[in-house]
Amino acid sequence: MKFKILICMGTSGISAGAEEVAKAFETELKRKNLMDKCKIVRVGDRGLFRDPLVDIITPELGRVTYEYTKPEDVPQIVEEHLLQGKPVERLRAGKDYEQFFSGQMRIVLSNCGEIDPEDIDDYIAHGGYDALKKVLFSAPEKVIDEIEKSGLRGRGGAGFPTGLKWRFCKEAKGDVKYVVCNADEGDPGAFMDRSILEGDPHSVLEGMIIAGYAIGATKGFIYCRAEYPLAVKRLNIAISQAREKGLLGDNILNGSFSFDITIVQGAGAFVCGEETALLASIEGRRGTPRPRPPFPAQKGLWGKPTLINNVETFANIRHIIVKGAEWFSSIGTEKSKGTKVFALAGKVKNTGLVEVPMGTTIRELIYGPGGGMKKKRVKLKGVQIGGPSGGCLPESLLDIPIDYESINQTGAIMGSGGMIVMDEKTCMVDIAKFFLNFTVAESCGKCLPCRIGLKRMLEVLEEITEGRGKEEHISFLQEMGNTVKATALCGLGNTAPNPVLTTLKYFPDEYEAHIRDKICPSHVCTELVKFEVVEEKCVKCGLCYKACPTGAIEWKKKEYPRINKEKCIKCKACIGACDYGAIQ
Amino acid sequence: MKIDLSNTRKIIRQYSEKKGLLIPLLQEIQATYGYVPKESVELIAKELSIFPVEIYGILTFYAQFYLTPRGKHTIKVCQGTACHVMGGKEILDYLSNKLGISEGETTKDGVFSLERVACLGCCGMAPVVVIDNNFYGRCTIQKVDALIEKYYSEEGK
Ligand SMILES: Cc1cc2nc3c(=O)[nH]c(=O)nc-3n(C[C@H](O)[C@H](O)[C@H](O)COP(=O)(O)O)c2cc1C
Repeated sequence: MKFKILICMGTSGISAGAEEVAKAFETELKRKNLMDKCKIVRVGDRGLFRDPLVDIITPELGRVTYEYTKPEDVPQIVEEHLLQGKPVERLRAGKDYEQFFSGQMRIVLSNCGEIDPEDIDDYIAHGGYDALKKVLFSAPEKVIDEIEKSGLRGRGGAGFPTGLKWRFCKEAKGDVKYVVCNADEGDPGAFMDRSILEGDPHSVLEGMIIAGYAIGATKGFIYCRAEYPLAVKRLNIAISQAREKGLLGDNILNGSFSFDITIVQGAGAFVCGEETALLASIEGRRGTPRPRPPFPAQKGLWGKPTLINNVETFANIRHIIVKGAEWFSSIGTEKSKGTKVFALAGKVKNTGLVEVPMGTTIRELIYGPGGGMKKKRVKLKGVQIGGPSGGCLPESLLDIPIDYESINQTGAIMGSGGMIVMDEKTCMVDIAKFFLNFTVAESCGKCLPCRIGLKRMLEVLEEITEGRGKEEHISFLQEMGNTVKATALCGLGNTAPNPVLTTLKYFPDEYEAHIRDKICPSHVCTELVKFEVVEEKCVKCGLCYKACPTGAIEWKKKEYPRINKEKCIKCKACIGACDYGAIQ
Repeated sequence: MKIDLSNTRKIIRQYSEKKGLLIPLLQEIQATYGYVPKESVELIAKELSIFPVEIYGILTFYAQFYLTPRGKHTIKVCQGTACHVMGGKEILDYLSNKLGISEGETTKDGVFSLERVACLGCCGMAPVVVIDNNFYGRCTIQKVDALIEKYYSEEGK
């Protein structure tokens, strides 16, 4: 058997220098005449940001993982590990790496970081296209039954039962039907779809082909975000390789079913993730949503019945077909089956993509794979889930299970699965303002509640964070928030008030501090920060002095720092650097 | 400045046969010129028998399109949630202050354009700044300050 060297090369790996590491391995293996004995495999990202990550697999030692590998480490790894059979201990991934993966159940991500996404044979060697082969021998009706029985629900946010959507589409009248994969992933804080497309593109293609067979479509589109060039590149490679193998195109596997896929690139508009806006964009128009019904399953692209599913939804399909609906529905809770991938980020120790069974609690996720808070001393204040449509939950709600219903009850939503951990340095009013800034900028302007209602709410939040808040602002935000939710045209407006409403509900004292006392307890809202050192809290460490880019902080060892207001540009670098909250 | 429209003509010819491809056509125009020149819009409108306003409707709707030339280097500061929590806003404010331009603008000397992006999907490396196609993770104000200086010195300024 050959030695295998896996190098993680998604966007994260590449930006951390994984290509240089791969080149260093090539040079070193050539120098030591080991090229025939070793195989370098450029795999996708594995979801943990400790790049460049390198796995060495040998018969004697099995798999050994190295993290933060640098090109200059490579000669030592080749010499000691490959030639002498002794792993280089100082570079090995440690406890955090193990903890990150041991708490997960990887189904959708099972191939990410394991196979070469640009090589269809590697995918096939890992059971790829088995599901398609199985499906082509059974009736389309049976396929839909299986997906329905599995209990799979859409991973794009709303959680609509996938099997039911497929059935509607199959039953819709029309000679031409389309399958569309929603890869617009615009939610700031979510990147699972990108990792799947970069790390295992064929799994999405396979899901789409099976869907096409089930509903009777011959044409598919992948609507991919413009900001994901690597995903587009790998999808293009995957599509042409699948065509060459007769898995895509006319008469798939020499049968009577034909199906082909085209990639459409988005042009930078969050609202295009909404399904009716997405269809308008594929048709070459401004991406504005329209009222439903008719649903895309009845009248979609160019007026034809169209099935729209999310990337992660499609990536689940092949596993359900191969392992069966019963297996899938044994994972998760009563109403939410299978796993969900979360993008864990913020003030947590291990950031990255975490796949866990539905029903896992938020606490288990953060303190299991997440490894707890990045700085032990710092307290967790809240967790933001679901991005701009979601909400901020306080520490006391960390024990709710992750499933569509439980999360909805809190006022947040599952959304695409972004999960940002926040500590005392995060101001909840500022976070609400941050999300509204985003949704106001991304509102398409078609319906009045979203266009004007959100804008008024943002203006009020600006007043509050700039020290001009009034008592009546709180009831205004509540009333306007509920009105926009109830009356906006599409999901953007229907959910955009959630970050405001949940922070009002769970962190009312922060709003009160801004409005009544004109202070920002987290020292984030610039207008409310005095930029003064609080001597009782200061430990004279000088970190603020080192962080200041304009030399506005005067400090000597064992003395309190002083901030020169003339030079200070209020960039808050000092506040970010201080672990003791001593600058206010 | 005189715009060479022969490339616009070539691109229009490639796309004129297929329906629904106005957005990819404009994307290619932008990839060729770095922005979408007014002259190209007028030519496309004439050749495809549509009103320029329909094209502008699309150009101004999607954030990706530019109607003015860009700086030599484009700085994108990620304003995703994770970057925001980790200090991305402070970095954007600092750069805007340092370069003397707001987001969406280009410095007078044409070296830098400054932009915000909603999320680059590298949340684990937050806060993230991208200059051209190079990603810089775990940024601090001092780190981006040094980066800008490096680019300036390469420009000989
Ligand atoms: C403003 C807005 C943005 C959305 N963005 C996305 C997105 O980026 N990706 C996605 O899959 N679904 C997104 N959706 C949900 C889609 O409209 C649609 O429900 C989903 O693609 C259906 O697929 P699923 O059933 O597999 O979840 C968005 C919805 C709204 C209202």
